[in-house]
Amino acid sequence: MQKNIMLLGMLLLSAVAFSQEDLQEVKVTKKQKGIKKSYTLTSNTSVITSKELLKAACCNLAESFETNPSIDVNFSDALTGTKQIKMLGLTSPYLTITEENIPSVRGASQAYGLSFTPGTWIESVQITKGAGSVINGYESISGQINTELLKPLSDIPFFLNVYGSTDARFELNTHFNKKLSDKWATSLFVHGNTRVAKNDMNNDGFLDNPLGKQINILNRYQYYDPESGLVSFINFRYMNDKKQTGEVDFDKDVDRGTTNHWGSEINTERFDVSTKIGYVFKDMPYQSIGFQNAFNSHNQNSYFGLNLYDIKQNSFYSNLIFNSIINNTMHKFTTGLNFTYDQYQEFVNVNDYSRIDNSVGAFFEYTYDNTDNFSLILGGRVDNHNRLGFFVTPRLHMRYNPWKNGVLRFSAGRGKRSANIFAENQQLFASSRTFSILDNSGKIYGLNPEIAWNYGISFSQKFKIFKKNAEAGFDFYRTDFQNQAVVDLMQSPQEVLFYNLKGSSFANSFQAEFSYEIIHNLNLRTAYKYYDIQTDYLRGTFQRPLQAKHRFLGNLEYETTASDSGKQWKFDYTFNWTGKQRLPYTASNPPEDQFPDFSPSFAVMNAQVTRIFSPVFEVYVGGENIGNYKQQKAILGANDPFGPNFDASVAYAPIFGQMYYAGLRFKIK
Amino acid sequence: MKKIVLIAIISFLGFSAQAQTKKNKNLKYTTEVNGNCEQCKKRIEKAAFSVPGVKTANWDISSHQLSVILNEEKSSPADLNNAIAKVGHDTKDVKATQADYDNLHTCCKYVRE
Repeated sequence: MQKNIMLLGMLLLSAVAFSQEDLQEVKVTKKQKGIKKSYTLTSNTSVITSKELLKAACCNLAESFETNPSIDVNFSDALTGTKQIKMLGLTSPYLTITEENIPSVRGASQAYGLSFTPGTWIESVQITKGAGSVINGYESISGQINTELLKPLSDIPFFLNVYGSTDARFELNTHFNKKLSDKWATSLFVHGNTRVAKNDMNNDGFLDNPLGKQINILNRYQYYDPESGLVSFINFRYMNDKKQTGEVDFDKDVDRGTTNHWGSEINTERFDVSTKIGYVFKDMPYQSIGFQNAFNSHNQNSYFGLNLYDIKQNSFYSNLIFNSIINNTMHKFTTGLNFTYDQYQEFVNVNDYSRIDNSVGAFFEYTYDNTDNFSLILGGRVDNHNRLGFFVTPRLHMRYNPWKNGVLRFSAGRGKRSANIFAENQQLFASSRTFSILDNSGKIYGLNPEIAWNYGISFSQKFKIFKKNAEAGFDFYRTDFQNQAVVDLMQSPQEVLFYNLKGSSFANSFQAEFSYEIIHNLNLRTAYKYYDIQTDYLRGTFQRPLQAKHRFLGNLEYETTASDSGKQWKFDYTFNWTGKQRLPYTASNPPEDQFPDFSPSFAVMNAQVTRIFSPVFEVYVGGENIGNYKQQKAILGANDPFGPNFDASVAYAPIFGQMYYAGLRFKIK
Repeated sequence: MKKIVLIAIISFLGFSAQAQTKKNKNLKYTTEVNGNCEQCKKRIEKAAFSVPGVKTANWDISSHQLSVILNEEKSSPADLNNAIAKVGHDTKDVKATQADYDNLHTCCKYVRE
């Protein structure tokens, strides 16, 4: 007994001693936030760090915005399995999407381009709302997304990621890195993914997501010499993606080109070569010159039932940039030249839309920063394009900090672009709709260039509630189209019409955001979004189809404090509520082949748990759409896919239902 | 007399030698400036930028080091030191007047050496 008491006493004592030891060591660590919002940047830019990207373990750039309030991720349609994104209510063609500041998702790659960048390659993503910078071109209207890939000089020697999910999708990512000298390093990224099993959860006889195979290889070299101020990147990339979808019974070797069963294949092959060279002037750290060149070849061969669609794009992009100051670093400027050349070979059934586009432009951007509470970026560019003509693009961004931890921003700008109507709307090939272009005087498929002005204002404020960090903010943006290549699904369920805007078309978007650290290591992020997007169609003025007026996003993250050996748990939960959406007009179809005017509202929940065993090894499991919400009717006329009412292009909600996944990450540092 | 001539020659030589050293358009100059906080940083950098020829200015709160690049054709490091002292901050070479120091915001009232 005495022994026991003594033991207990000793134990207690040792515990006390232990806790005293603990007290002596106070670690102050600043945690990396998933989404960083700057209070000193002039533009309304948020940065998604690699930490945030890990919250959605799958799989590629298109899927990495699920927890981000600025970007809406739509549900992948049954056909392509690709998630489309929207910003300020406008689809990705109205965004400038760049990879390390070289335009990446444009033209032929518009529909699937985001799914061609594997998530593990990404270091960070910068999202700018509203008019972008003139440096990257004239096309951005509602925003800009720039992706930075992992840099060879700072990468780890080996990384492995394996992923598998209940919808029969498997992924393998391997990264190799080697320092060739103290100035040269190289990385080799190899990505493969496949979906091997046919899924038809709603028993309509059609696959809920496509069978697929993708191989994606990137080899990049980085050079950096701090002595001379010389920096360089060289990238080589090859991608091959194959998708098959349609009826479960469709056999591509037998049924292609027949009406036995409806099926579709989308095969894409892509090569990229890009180089970057930069020089920082000796003794003048504020002055630099950069030269970027990129060549890529994108070749998509596809058929959708009896519709054939082939597009091949060879493009070359070149950008020369010079940065310096006027008097001092309160006044900076960036100026330079762009050159773009695009050769398209495009075939829609028997029609040949092949063409060559080229443009040359010059830009100048002035930045004023009073180093205190005000900054301004005024940019302009002039371009000469063989189809868009000669035109001027002005952009303005302003930032003002009226008081501590508060920031007010304003932006305005003009964007102009040629709409690649077939590439951007190719999901419509999976329907019996006939494609009609009602204008013929324009230079782009008979249509005129799209021109829009975008204005925006935003405010955010950091403060404390019960001594815990909180942040609230709102923004309002308006996009006004002077001309638009209208995609009209409101006329007839058997037709899609393309024509120049007659009347008005605008997009208003309002977002309110609130985030709060409820207790230590438990963070809440919420956002409410309101969209009013109206276009004058032939039949009248309607809200843009497949766009919810109201949306709500909630994200809750919790992580335990990492132990000394690096052991840690991470939990993440995302709630997404989507209000009713206007659906394409189908009232003239027989009742069984109609959609209602509006879709029902619904909620989708995702969750993930990550266990970090050590800095070397971690595993994760998660679920998407845990509530198992499914779109009731995914395909119109599913029982007669070659009949007049067939339409597989309307996806307003998840089709597959709940999905669970697991994966692991292994690193050698 | 000989001595005077020698001194005259030496001083003349020294002067011409100095005149010959080309003025640096991008002189990197670092000095210690006393201060406390974010508000001091803004004031110090603003004062530095007000000196003609100062191209970049950065004051580090923890190390108290002010680093600038300045064009010697337009002004000298002494001009910079005077401009910083004028807004109330002591530099290694020039002390602020008591009146200028007293004008500082309370949070900026650094401990004078």
